[in-house]
Amino acid sequence: MTTQSVLDKQSIVVLSLLAAVAVLVPVLNGLAVPGSALHLSDHLVPLLGKYICFALLALSVDLIWGYCGILSLGHGAFFALGGYAMGMYLMRQIGPRGVYAHPVLPDFMVFLNWKDLPWFWYGFDVFPFAMLMVLLVPGILAFIFGWLAFRSRVTGVYLSIITQAMTYALMLAFFRNNMGFGGNNGLTDFKDILGFPLQSASTRRVLFVLSVAALGAGYLLCRWLVGSKFGKVLVAVRDAESRTRFLGYRVEHYKLAVFTISAMLAGVAGALYVPQVGIINPSEFAPANSIELVIWVAVGGRGTLAGAILGALVVNAGKTWFTGALPEFWLFALGGLFIFVTLFTPRGILGAGQGLWERAKQMLGSKPSRSSFSGGGVVP
Amino acid sequence: MPSLRIVLQVFVLLIGMTASTKAGPYEEALPKFAADSYADTETALSAIANSGHARALTVVEALRDGRLLLGAGQVYLKEVSGTLIDVATGQAANPTGNLKPIRVNNRVRRATEAALGSLTLLSADPATRLNAARAVFRSRDVAALSALERAIAQESDVHVRDALEGARAAIILSKPDALISDKKAAIEILEARGDQQALALLTTLPSDAPPELVKAAGDAAEGIQTRLAFWNALQNVWYGISLGSVLLLAAIGLAITFGTMGVINMAHGEMVMIGAYTTFVVQETIRGYAPGLFDASLFIALPLAFLAAGTVGIMIERGVIRFLYGRPLETLLATWGLSLILQQGVRTIFGPTNREVGTPAWMSGALEVSGLSLTYNRIAIVIFAFSVFAVLLLVMRYTSLGLYVRAVTQNRRMAASMGIRTNRIDALAFGLGSGVAGIAGVALSQIDNVSPNLGQGYIIDSFMVVVFGGVGNLWGTLVGAMTLGAANKMLEPYAGAVLGKIVILIAIILFIQRRPRGLFALKGRAVEA
Amino acid sequence: MSMLKMTRRCLIALASAALVSGAMAGAAQAQETIKVGILHSLSGTMAISETTLKDVMLMLVEEQNKKGGLLGKKLEAVVVDPASDWPLFAEKARQLISQDKVAAVFGCWTSVSRKSVLPVFKELNSILFYPVQYEGEESERNVFYTGAAPNQQAIPAVDYLAKEEKVERWVLAGTDYVYPRTTNKILEAYLKSKGVKSEDILINYTPFGHSDWQTIVADIKKFGSAGKKTAVVSTINGDANVPFYKELANQGIKATDIPVVAFSVGEEELAGIDAKPLVGHLAAWNYFQSVDTPENKAFIEKWRAFTKNEKRVSNDPMEAHVIGFNMWVKAVEKAGTTDPDKVIDAIVGVQVPNLTGGVSEMLPNHHVTKPVLIGEIKEDGQFETVSQTDSLVPGEAWSKYLEGSRDLIADWKTLKCGNYNTVTKKCGA
Repeated sequence: MTTQSVLDKQSIVVLSLLAAVAVLVPVLNGLAVPGSALHLSDHLVPLLGKYICFALLALSVDLIWGYCGILSLGHGAFFALGGYAMGMYLMRQIGPRGVYAHPVLPDFMVFLNWKDLPWFWYGFDVFPFAMLMVLLVPGILAFIFGWLAFRSRVTGVYLSIITQAMTYALMLAFFRNNMGFGGNNGLTDFKDILGFPLQSASTRRVLFVLSVAALGAGYLLCRWLVGSKFGKVLVAVRDAESRTRFLGYRVEHYKLAVFTISAMLAGVAGALYVPQVGIINPSEFAPANSIELVIWVAVGGRGTLAGAILGALVVNAGKTWFTGALPEFWLFALGGLFIFVTLFTPRGILGAGQGLWERAKQMLGSKPSRSSFSGGGVVP
Repeated sequence: MPSLRIVLQVFVLLIGMTASTKAGPYEEALPKFAADSYADTETALSAIANSGHARALTVVEALRDGRLLLGAGQVYLKEVSGTLIDVATGQAANPTGNLKPIRVNNRVRRATEAALGSLTLLSADPATRLNAARAVFRSRDVAALSALERAIAQESDVHVRDALEGARAAIILSKPDALISDKKAAIEILEARGDQQALALLTTLPSDAPPELVKAAGDAAEGIQTRLAFWNALQNVWYGISLGSVLLLAAIGLAITFGTMGVINMAHGEMVMIGAYTTFVVQETIRGYAPGLFDASLFIALPLAFLAAGTVGIMIERGVIRFLYGRPLETLLATWGLSLILQQGVRTIFGPTNREVGTPAWMSGALEVSGLSLTYNRIAIVIFAFSVFAVLLLVMRYTSLGLYVRAVTQNRRMAASMGIRTNRIDALAFGLGSGVAGIAGVALSQIDNVSPNLGQGYIIDSFMVVVFGGVGNLWGTLVGAMTLGAANKMLEPYAGAVLGKIVILIAIILFIQRRPRGLFALKGRAVEA
Repeated sequence: MSMLKMTRRCLIALASAALVSGAMAGAAQAQETIKVGILHSLSGTMAISETTLKDVMLMLVEEQNKKGGLLGKKLEAVVVDPASDWPLFAEKARQLISQDKVAAVFGCWTSVSRKSVLPVFKELNSILFYPVQYEGEESERNVFYTGAAPNQQAIPAVDYLAKEEKVERWVLAGTDYVYPRTTNKILEAYLKSKGVKSEDILINYTPFGHSDWQTIVADIKKFGSAGKKTAVVSTINGDANVPFYKELANQGIKATDIPVVAFSVGEEELAGIDAKPLVGHLAAWNYFQSVDTPENKAFIEKWRAFTKNEKRVSNDPMEAHVIGFNMWVKAVEKAGTTDPDKVIDAIVGVQVPNLTGGVSEMLPNHHVTKPVLIGEIKEDGQFETVSQTDSLVPGEAWSKYLEGSRDLIADWKTLKCGNYNTVTKKCGA
């Protein structure tokens, strides 16, 4: 695969599907007559928007796990940090409309007798600054963390464990009320974004379209990255790190770069997630969340990008359905999924589907073709 | 309870000379119980305790144990044997109608303890006398002074006499009309006692105390404080060791599986949970069929927990993990899935709420060594953790299983070439690791919740211990657990529990950068792919 | 084979997703029943507390149907599982209101879950009954708080200790989240207003699920042996309580030395502990299972029959749901409709008997009047009521002991405002 093939067959399918969703969902929600069979009810728009944000998050994990062999069990942390940056902006937008009508301080600070806004809240009332922080905060954390870890060649299970330690430490920190991020309650009760009320259906539709656009852009970015020479080196690092190093590549630089980019993508996903679900709190940092999102990627098929998107959508739709219809069985289903996928379909839905397709083609006599997918089964 | 009877007889003999049996304070106090209000009960209680009546002690004890009953305005006493007597007459009674125990609250309970203290100062049993002395020390009841003097005069046990003298000193120091010289002597006794309560007494002298007394008390308090600071530091070390042994127990099984197979078993916490629930089931069975064995319940639970968790472990290895050889990250995900299933399974079977696991009598309470207070359950856990560690060390060193496990840990392919069936060793090592987690669960059921979430609370901490200590070496796990335990407890007083934990996590992350394979890394020549 | 399986799984997932959306699209179905939403976690960390509340609600709905339903229609309970996941609470609330068209929702336990669903209830204008004691500082038009506000639990408990146990030194120990933080802020201000000095108050926070209490219990012991009577006011949450009490017992702290009064420990929590060493420690609630009234006896009988469990315990939040449900039923009957606006107007002033022998009333600030009971733990894990307020205490949304809320009042009847400032005479300013 070469750099020209960014728009290969898979990408075209993914992008056109995303474009269709971006058009259909708002149209069906906004224009179709409520009550008709075509109407998409209001509560589904933020729900679908949430799935899209999770898909972007899964994409960021696939970029490092599927293409570089870095299994991060702490990617939820970057997602949550992006979310907090957005949440802080939304909090400042409430202004004097909080229950205590304090001109500057958010409610949770007022009733715990805070006098001044902590320094790290400065600037978050300015939208561009907040958006910059959405990228920078996760990015810088990932950079420092990655610089320390990759430089000293922490790999494999050890890396997974310390990423988990990182998100756990952050969770404990954000739970502390003294940190000034609202403790366990987190940030909530947002009013509007850039002057548009968050509760209105049209704002929701716009946020949805923006999420889909971000997902599309994220997908293109990843596709471009993995198709470039940079991406080839990443795959080499995944498959044989020492050999790549012996060939003269500075492995740690490649890893660091892709880890940081991935963290920033996760941050963007978090920032889009918060206004749609209306709350950000420290439980997003929980190690269990980060592990769960890895399974989305595994279900869809790691190392395929499109698979990550598919996996996130399928698993979360399943979660919504299960917790409504068979609440007691959700954990059994999720646990079973973990085992089933790792044992039987290490290449995920996409990999399995692709294998089926190729076998069918073989049986029909046409010559087997290598597609742009990199096999997901190979592990460092 | 024959000892009680002896106590009673001794008491009756002693009191008999001074008290007459005609209607006195005892009889007058009794009707006050009938109101069943806490305040009246308390007045009645102290009147009875000071009445010197032959049945005073019996009544006070009955009140404490909920055996003092009320029926139609009459007070009855249910003896330990179950027979009812009329408190006023001492005759057996057979009242009609409903009897309900006289209610007690903390205030009454405190008064009961104080009363029992002064009533049992002359008991024949040294342990009872010691408790009595402590109760009097706490209540500082001036009325008990004469009994105290008498008790000191005839006390033969040094230990008890110290306690009695301490109690006398406490009373004298807070008695307004005591002589200054007596008070000074009291201060000296309290200084020798040197504990927290003595310090409290010395620092809370009334404001009108003479200056020389204040100075003496101040000096004594200072001396006690220096000593206490020392004991505090030692106490902190103990907390560190005890937290360290909890971590050691939780992590050591993980270290074995991680060491031999290079996989992290995310369902490890659930093995601990299975052990804890085994304890629960064992205790329930014992409660139902053989209550007498309750104190031995933990010993019965230990092998069963080992078997239960070990079997589940081997099943996991045979059913899931062996298909994932060479894919450690996938193993991590699959075992995480298993942990979710096990948790929800336990939730379905046993319900989401905490289950009650009782503490055997020999594990309750605390051992006081000078300024140290060591709770028995923590002592038991520390000893247990170190025994498990020692046994595992021996197994690893001197059994063929241990030899094979070590061989596989060091070089799997070489071991296989030498004819070791690495598959079988994997399964056994996994079973061993899980079994050890199971017996850790028995111990942890004594200090933590037995709930489906039990394992989750320990899993991250155990990872940290193993990663910090390094794999392939049990000593690494020991050092790791003790270091983390001690560091946590050293930080806690300054940084608080949460911040302390965060600091430790960051320290571990930084430490791994320096030594990516942990403290005790295995040295090998293989380059990882 | 495996691929086939996977495809099938995938198909099932897709089909079910399609079904769900199909059901949502065809929302205009004839409504023969009145639907009641139940929003309590059935899995995850909060399942331990919330599952029973779901059962209570199911029982109440069944019972109402036996009485002939409401407005001539049957009630239908819609149960969903927000899985202790706070964003999921908001999602499920939205689903209950806009897809299932429930007339009212009974649910939430933690403050954060309530905060998470608040915007949804405001936006879609529905009704939430919240049954757990909480930190106060809130009064929303769409929410009815049937649990205790701080003045219905914390302050009477402290008063009792000061008066009955002559406590002069206070340890305020809590889990680090908003309820303990706020409660302790209020108590600190209250104690200081009663002349307690700063050095006689020790405040301590621990993380959720804290299990190693050695150091903290030792600190409490030390703090308590300074010669003044000391008590611990515990706002320690759920799971951390068992190890805390075990450590207390082992370090030999008895209720007669340093009593602990807890606001989050009820019959359910004690069912998981050996209560013998805890005898005499206290709890403050608005209801105890041991309360000796005919109403309570009947309730426990029904509850045990419904759950088919002779040992099933009852607790305070369950009573809050009973009160809330009965108030809602009365208000709907009074309004003649389940329309939220009409019910919200009708419910203020509604009176229903509670289980402790009094009559609770819904106040204009959407809190209820409740008696305050102080109980000592007995050997069997039940409580012995040692003190009960003479009359019912009205719940206060805004504490007068907090700087920010001193001037605020809530009145949805005349002022139509949840945060009216009595100084500026404005709503929300």
